[in-house]
Amino acid sequence: MAELITYRQAVSRAIAQEMRHDESVVFLGEDVAAAGGVFKTTKGLLDEFGDQRVRDTPISEEAILGAAMGAAMTGMRPIAEIMFSDFLATCWDLVAVEIAKMRYMTAGQVRVPLVVRTANGGGLRFGAQHSQSVENWAMMIPGLKVVAPSTPHDLIGLFAAAVRSDDPVMFFEQKSLYPVKGEVPDGEIVDQLGTARTVRAGTDVTVVALAAMVPRAVAAASVLHDEHGISAEVIDLRSLVPLDTATLLQSVARTGRIVTVEENPRLCGWGAEIVSIVGEECFDALRGPMVRVTTPHIPLPSADALEDATLPSVDRIVEAVVKLCR
Amino acid sequence: MTETTTVAAIPRQTRLRMYRDIVRVRRFEERAYKLFMDGLVKGTSHLSIGMEAIAAGFGAAMRDDDLTFCTYRGHAHTLVRGTPMPRVMGELLGRSTGVCGGKGGSMHLTSVEHGVMGSYAIIGAHLPIAAGAAWSAQLRGSDQVTVCFFGDGTTNIGAFHEALNLAAVWELPVVFVCENNLYMEYTAIADVTAVERPAADRASAYGLAPIVVDGNDPEAVHEQAARVIQRARDGGGPSLVEALTYRHGGHSRADPGTYRPQEEIDAWLARDPVPSYRRRLLGDGVAEDELAAIEMEADADVDAATEAARQAPFPAPEEAFTDVWADGGSSWRN
Ligand SMILES: Cc1ncc(C[n+]2csc(CCOP(=O)(O)OP(=O)(O)O)c2C)c(N)n1
Ligand SMILES: [Mg+2]
Repeated sequence: MAELITYRQAVSRAIAQEMRHDESVVFLGEDVAAAGGVFKTTKGLLDEFGDQRVRDTPISEEAILGAAMGAAMTGMRPIAEIMFSDFLATCWDLVAVEIAKMRYMTAGQVRVPLVVRTANGGGLRFGAQHSQSVENWAMMIPGLKVVAPSTPHDLIGLFAAAVRSDDPVMFFEQKSLYPVKGEVPDGEIVDQLGTARTVRAGTDVTVVALAAMVPRAVAAASVLHDEHGISAEVIDLRSLVPLDTATLLQSVARTGRIVTVEENPRLCGWGAEIVSIVGEECFDALRGPMVRVTTPHIPLPSADALEDATLPSVDRIVEAVVKLCR
Repeated sequence: MTETTTVAAIPRQTRLRMYRDIVRVRRFEERAYKLFMDGLVKGTSHLSIGMEAIAAGFGAAMRDDDLTFCTYRGHAHTLVRGTPMPRVMGELLGRSTGVCGGKGGSMHLTSVEHGVMGSYAIIGAHLPIAAGAAWSAQLRGSDQVTVCFFGDGTTNIGAFHEALNLAAVWELPVVFVCENNLYMEYTAIADVTAVERPAADRASAYGLAPIVVDGNDPEAVHEQAARVIQRARDGGGPSLVEALTYRHGGHSRADPGTYRPQEEIDAWLARDPVPSYRRRLLGDGVAEDELAAIEMEADADVDAATEAARQAPFPAPEEAFTDVWADGGSSWRN
């Protein structure tokens, strides 16, 4: 049996699944308990699990992540919500300098099994301080796993894998995907981090995407097929760390072309790392330049017309691929 | 002091333990300084010479399963919990026998098996983390208490305030201990702080009592420590203790600390916890021989720890690539 649920509903189902599965899983964040989250992603959790395990916090991002870290170091598996990923900047010390480094600095004496989940990315016209796509910030910190699902089904399974991981995981929910529906089978779902998925098979070009860019890449692949006779293979990376380079390199070895589709701004976006790996390890297979389609290197604007002109669109992906394959 | 309590006399055994800890830490750090000047301790090292009574007083009031969170100035807090001296010295000298196998260094001493949950080098960061450990104890229904040490300068960073508020609202079993040594690195705390007592004058903002204690008097520290730790253990929530003290030397490395007035230094040197506690114990009838034996043992321990660390192998280069992830390795891809 399966049901059709939204990405938003998948969040609460995923958290509930893990809280039922393991008593040591607790959840904290701003407005997450009584109010059910500003994006209504955590409705019903307080009722089911009570106010000991589901906690509203003050507006104290450092305290939220500090509390999660201290609890993780001493036997719990906390899930911490940072309302918008932009706010990670206010507690980046905890993320990048404390949580990420503790196991290493202590030679493995301390483990920090926690998940930081956060609403990431643009598309909702929120402007420059509530729309950033910051998965690349997390990717560049040794010691953090980085996950960004594109479907409700993936969200649940990858979230479960994140909670069950003994390493800290940054879990990026793309907020423009919250209303998007997808089929999800009944029962417990547990996926595996570091496994990319080939969403659509193809032979002429490998299009690599993440989170909200996956449906856009898939839509672009249809246009490329229907209007340009180009067969695009679309890979959903699903996690940036660990990175499934095997799936990626095998695909590029067959197609000879790679295009990354990234929502993060251009400089040091995750695709730069991807193309560097391909360039080093798959150079002989390449039939053309490696191309990155990204949000330009600007803060995001608010107006629809402006935001639409910045985030990678289906048209821009099509254009880049056509130019490459011509 | 706003709160006064009458407590039973501190048992002789505890007093000797505190004296022993103070002396051991003093001798250890004097040696660490020498080894730093000799180029054997690399990077940096922050000594708490002059401030040992705080670690000793709290250490003696903690239960074995209580948790310590401290800063880069953490040799004392690490040692008083029972972490073996050779392993601490080994870490300072970058040897494989160090508590963190050489990955941490002087600023990150950690010994989980002794309840030392880390030494943190970013000002304020460990206060919310300590609150989290206390939250965990509360959730697990354990009656462990977390004790978190930090400096006066730390009271002006946001994480201090976030942690205090959260701990108070959630009634967490955590004791925050501000070691007020009057200086941050090179700037006097008084020059940059809106209130006179950097920690105590903030306590009321979080519904806590202002507690100030003489940080050079191990017995005064111990008395407060025992009281606030018991309060936390009994579900009475957090406390914030400001312990007044002074570092004899500079902030770190070879800093001579010359930005401080000589009269101030002299006044505090006259209140050095080592000779003053010694005099007090002698006055209370402890035999000279007994104290001398403690001192000799401390010297012997420091010599042995130094020798062990010097003889110990350096970590193999491959060790740099372990312990990033739970699987023990550092691989981020397949
Ligand atoms: C966030 C941050 N800012 C600045 C520093 C540099 N720094 C290291 S120690 C120190 C002084 C801290 O003073 P205090 O809290 O009084 O502790 P003390 O060193 O006196 O024990 C500073 C500014 C740091 N480590 N972290
Ligand atoms: Mg200070």
